[in-house]
Amino acid sequence: MDIKGFDDLFAKARMRLLQLHYDSQTGHLGGNLSCLQALMVVHHLTMKPEDRFILSKGHAAGALYITLWSLGKISDQELRTYGAEGTSFPVHPSGNGIPGLLFATGSLGHGPSLAAGLALSAKQRTQPHHVYCVCSDGEWQEGSCWEALIFAVHQKLDNLTIIIDQNGLQGFGSTQEVISCSDLTPRLIPFGANVQKGSGHNSASILNALSQKSTDRPNIIVLNTVKGKGTHFEGKIESHYLPINEEQYDFAQVSHTHEQVK
Amino acid sequence: MRRELAKEILANWNLPDVFFLTGDLGFMALEEVKSTLGTRFVNTGVAEQNMVGIAAGLAREGHKVFAYSIAPFCYARPFEQIRNDICMANLPICLIGNGGGYAYGAMGPTHHALEDCAAMSALGMRVLVPAFNEDLGPMLSSFTAPTYLRLGYDDRPPKTAAPAYAPWRQLLTGSRGVLTALGPLGGVAWGALQDLPEESRPSVWVASELCTQLIPADFYDQLSENHPLYVIEEHVAAGGLAMHLAYAISQNKLPCGPLRHHYALGYPSGRYGSQSFHRAECGLDAIGIRQMILAEL
Repeated sequence: MDIKGFDDLFAKARMRLLQLHYDSQTGHLGGNLSCLQALMVVHHLTMKPEDRFILSKGHAAGALYITLWSLGKISDQELRTYGAEGTSFPVHPSGNGIPGLLFATGSLGHGPSLAAGLALSAKQRTQPHHVYCVCSDGEWQEGSCWEALIFAVHQKLDNLTIIIDQNGLQGFGSTQEVISCSDLTPRLIPFGANVQKGSGHNSASILNALSQKSTDRPNIIVLNTVKGKGTHFEGKIESHYLPINEEQYDFAQVSHTHEQVK
Repeated sequence: MRRELAKEILANWNLPDVFFLTGDLGFMALEEVKSTLGTRFVNTGVAEQNMVGIAAGLAREGHKVFAYSIAPFCYARPFEQIRNDICMANLPICLIGNGGGYAYGAMGPTHHALEDCAAMSALGMRVLVPAFNEDLGPMLSSFTAPTYLRLGYDDRPPKTAAPAYAPWRQLLTGSRGVLTALGPLGGVAWGALQDLPEESRPSVWVASELCTQLIPADFYDQLSENHPLYVIEEHVAAGGLAMHLAYAISQNKLPCGPLRHHYALGYPSGRYGSQSFHRAECGLDAIGIRQMILAEL
């Protein structure tokens, strides 16, 4: 699939993500929209069947479910149960019965260690598969992320790629307001990983960053993104929590359609 | 029991798919395990949350994993990783907490593990508390689910042989009620009461798994409304052996006399010392156990 074909698929996925959140009246739309393109690029253009994936920012489960739906691994009927009573697709993934999901996530800071464990196993068995892990930027306020990074660098886990969705907004403020950090890159580089940067809203940029893999160090890709991109609450903290009403849903659909045309 | 653990690992667990992780501990105990397992022995550093996450990642790929640290660092610091990453995924990982109860003595309260069994049991983990060195082999003969192993010291009386392992075992016969001890305190009670005549002492049992479904019928048969049920545990009362046992007795509608319970009281004097010092403060030493029994005569 070429980038143009992929971007058409991504546009369709983005619309389905909006519908998912509108129909289910669930929040976290902002952080789902900011990482959807990265999830789609990783799953459609990068991952091999034997590769592993960890969604450390579990609050972006909607984006992952949509990605799996776009791969034909989740049906539309299953998607319609998202967040509903008796669903197998809760707002934060359970790790049970969801294709490709290995762990329950939602509490931040778990994914990098889990991914490093998977990568260490592959190294031990000299298996060729790669492990991908998607984090949020606020998540790196968890000490466990740095524990995992130190470990992964020491173990030379070059079969691990951690992607950070750097949208700059967290639960109750911006990352700049909360910890005086709007860019994690200069903090990550001294730890010794192979750190790449890119735009999380540009497929070619994401793909390029993913292609710059080290042969002796774990890889970290920091993607600059906009939380709630294309919605009425783009770049606002409200996008972290609030569901969208019909008018806001219409606005987002029009906004994303215009962007696709451009 | 660290050296016995090392022997057990070397004898029976040097398998291609076994990993042994340590949170930077094991000096003068795990060196041979380290050299024998090679790259499958991983010092994950002073980072227990990461150690448990790494263990979960490895186990998810089919490895059997031991993860070792001082008990509180092993179960309390990474509690959420144990809950979310190990237990929710039901992975075959054995967390080894060295120094259960007050075993780290004068190292101070941060190094004591007084609520570990309750916490791990509440997560649905299999909780193992060996009483004697020989218990480690049969306890670890297989594990297919999340497991917590609380290591202590073998406190059996001199010149005695440990009875063959069973999750609940009788150590002494007696006719004045039943005493149940958690793990190593079984050895302490054994030494404290063995010279009393049978008619003056309770039967003495040791529980090495905090699972009441494993209690044998013989134990229940010895309960009586006419005599106390004694429980001793180097663990807080909440969620400990006595509460598990009382729940089982109530559920089974069994007759039982009054509960006499000695347990970890924390630090009642506000002072610190050896494991013996803390046990004495809680009536968990040989003197305190003997006094508890003699008071009923």
